[in-house]
Amino acid sequence: MSEAVKPPQDLVAEKFVDERPPSLVRQAFWLRRTQIGAVLALMLISVALVGPFLAPFGSTEYVDLPNTLSVPGTIFGTDYFGQDVLSRFLFGGRTILILAVLATSIGITFGTTLGLTAAYLRGRADEVIMRALDVILSFPQVLLSLVVISMFGPSNVLIIFTVGLSTTPRIARIIRGAAIGVVERDFISAAEALGESRKRVVFAEVLPNVTSSLLVEMNLRLTYSVGLIASLSFLGFTPEPNAANWGLMIQENRVALTQQPWGVILPTAALALMTIGTGLIGDGFSRVSAGIDRGGKGE
Amino acid sequence: MKASIFRFVLKRIALGLLTLFIVSLLIFAVTQALPSDPAEAMLGREATPETLEALRADFGLDKPIVVQYGNWLFGILSGDLGTSYATSIPVSEYIGPRVGASFFLLLIAAIGSIPLSIVVGANAALHRDRKFDTASSLISLILAAMPEFVVGTILTIVFSTTIWQLLPAVTYLEVGAPPWSDLQGLTLPVLTLLLAVTPYVARVMRAAMVEVLESDYVEMARLKGMDERTVLWRHAMPNAVGPAFQVIALNLAYLAGGVIIVERLFNFPGIGSALADAVRSRDLPVIQFLALIIAGVYILTNLLADIGTVLVTPRLRTRLK
Repeated sequence: MSEAVKPPQDLVAEKFVDERPPSLVRQAFWLRRTQIGAVLALMLISVALVGPFLAPFGSTEYVDLPNTLSVPGTIFGTDYFGQDVLSRFLFGGRTILILAVLATSIGITFGTTLGLTAAYLRGRADEVIMRALDVILSFPQVLLSLVVISMFGPSNVLIIFTVGLSTTPRIARIIRGAAIGVVERDFISAAEALGESRKRVVFAEVLPNVTSSLLVEMNLRLTYSVGLIASLSFLGFTPEPNAANWGLMIQENRVALTQQPWGVILPTAALALMTIGTGLIGDGFSRVSAGIDRGGKGE
Repeated sequence: MKASIFRFVLKRIALGLLTLFIVSLLIFAVTQALPSDPAEAMLGREATPETLEALRADFGLDKPIVVQYGNWLFGILSGDLGTSYATSIPVSEYIGPRVGASFFLLLIAAIGSIPLSIVVGANAALHRDRKFDTASSLISLILAAMPEFVVGTILTIVFSTTIWQLLPAVTYLEVGAPPWSDLQGLTLPVLTLLLAVTPYVARVMRAAMVEVLESDYVEMARLKGMDERTVLWRHAMPNAVGPAFQVIALNLAYLAGGVIIVERLFNFPGIGSALADAVRSRDLPVIQFLALIIAGVYILTNLLADIGTVLVTPRLRTRLK
């Protein structure tokens, strides 16, 4: 479905404007939705990164009686464990964001390399690579992470690795699809005739021609990785049992939702706005690059 | 012609079985890479070398890995799923009633999401670039970006605790009780799953409809003076459903993963919450079996999607030789 017919202006752009990636980004930011998305994403990323320095209390500091709304010195009161809700909130985004960025980078690196290699080599190598990746694809992403975590415990490295691994085949499919048309073009044969190494042909000749797909995919996968990592924390799989983490915060405070709603509302709003922000940016990119109508989280 | 379809279906089924076999190997391999052994974890401090030995022999943990894998696989094929480490009851007894409950949850979500996304997608295509289209595309985008438990939590805040108190925030369902005995409690989990899946199918449905609505035969039907409704539902729809078929199936498969989170959020006693519990207590036989079922459902739906797409799309059907 992703091999939809490209709109004509895109073909024109490819032929005459020499395909410069920055222009794609600039074009995307002409769209209102990309602008809103960027504002949201930047806002939440700053909360996640700068928040810990602004927190009035420590991330696990006991402040007052649990689930109290009006506590002097706090804005949103205390949570299920007597900790300051605002401070927990300000601390809670950093780990999720950093893990998601690292996991996405792993997925992008391996996915792009495998997808490009499969598209370039074709034939048997292509078949073997894609079939092997299909096996990983037959696990829903949450399930794959859970199975691995169940055996080795929820360490940060493991979470990054499994989320990155479950992202890899999804990226590889998209990149292979985008690259398969590129490898047949004349400049590739020209590069081969000039004696460029395979590695150089793949990364210096093919890769620059799939950047728009890569950019769209990067955003999409970052959005889902934030969601997936937050979901794993929500299920209680964080390295430390009482970590300040938006996903875990929702889980911990949801029992007292009627008494102390802020412990749930703040992290929920933060996760919602962050994923909506990156989602909107991704949609802006995809509209500009080809107007792809994407189907299915699984693909 | 007929034979070629038959051959395609057989080949696809064989590939599906092969994938399932490799998946089972993988699940077994990963779950065998234990840093600590379950016998030790179960006995805790009371472990003596003798009791450990006895318990390992009980679970068959003292046999070589290949034998253990063979026993496990043949056990599953013959209906003997082993005993849960955490609860000491047979896995089939522990999982059985939960499979039914989860299946019911999935079924309702699936049945609801298909017509909903078709109606939304078709209407968006019909009113292309107008208010309904823009609004539905934006809402879809927002829903698709958020993780399910965030959508579910927002629904809980809005409908059961902070804003209105209309619906229960959790399902009160005994394990083994018929899932329809708490319909009120079922509303929010079903709604969450519905909102998680509908955006994707609606988007593909819209794209397929846009393409079909611009085709010559739709133009022809309009020129014949048919009213727009007949054109849409009788002429355009049957041709647009084909491409959406694959996505519908893929998203049903996706639901199989989504239940893990949603069940936990609403305390729904299904396989998802059982898996989360089993992961926490390292209940090996339960994890292995549940991972296999969920991956199996995933593979099966993909298989049906591939076969279904070829069968409903004339262009693809004739290409098989």
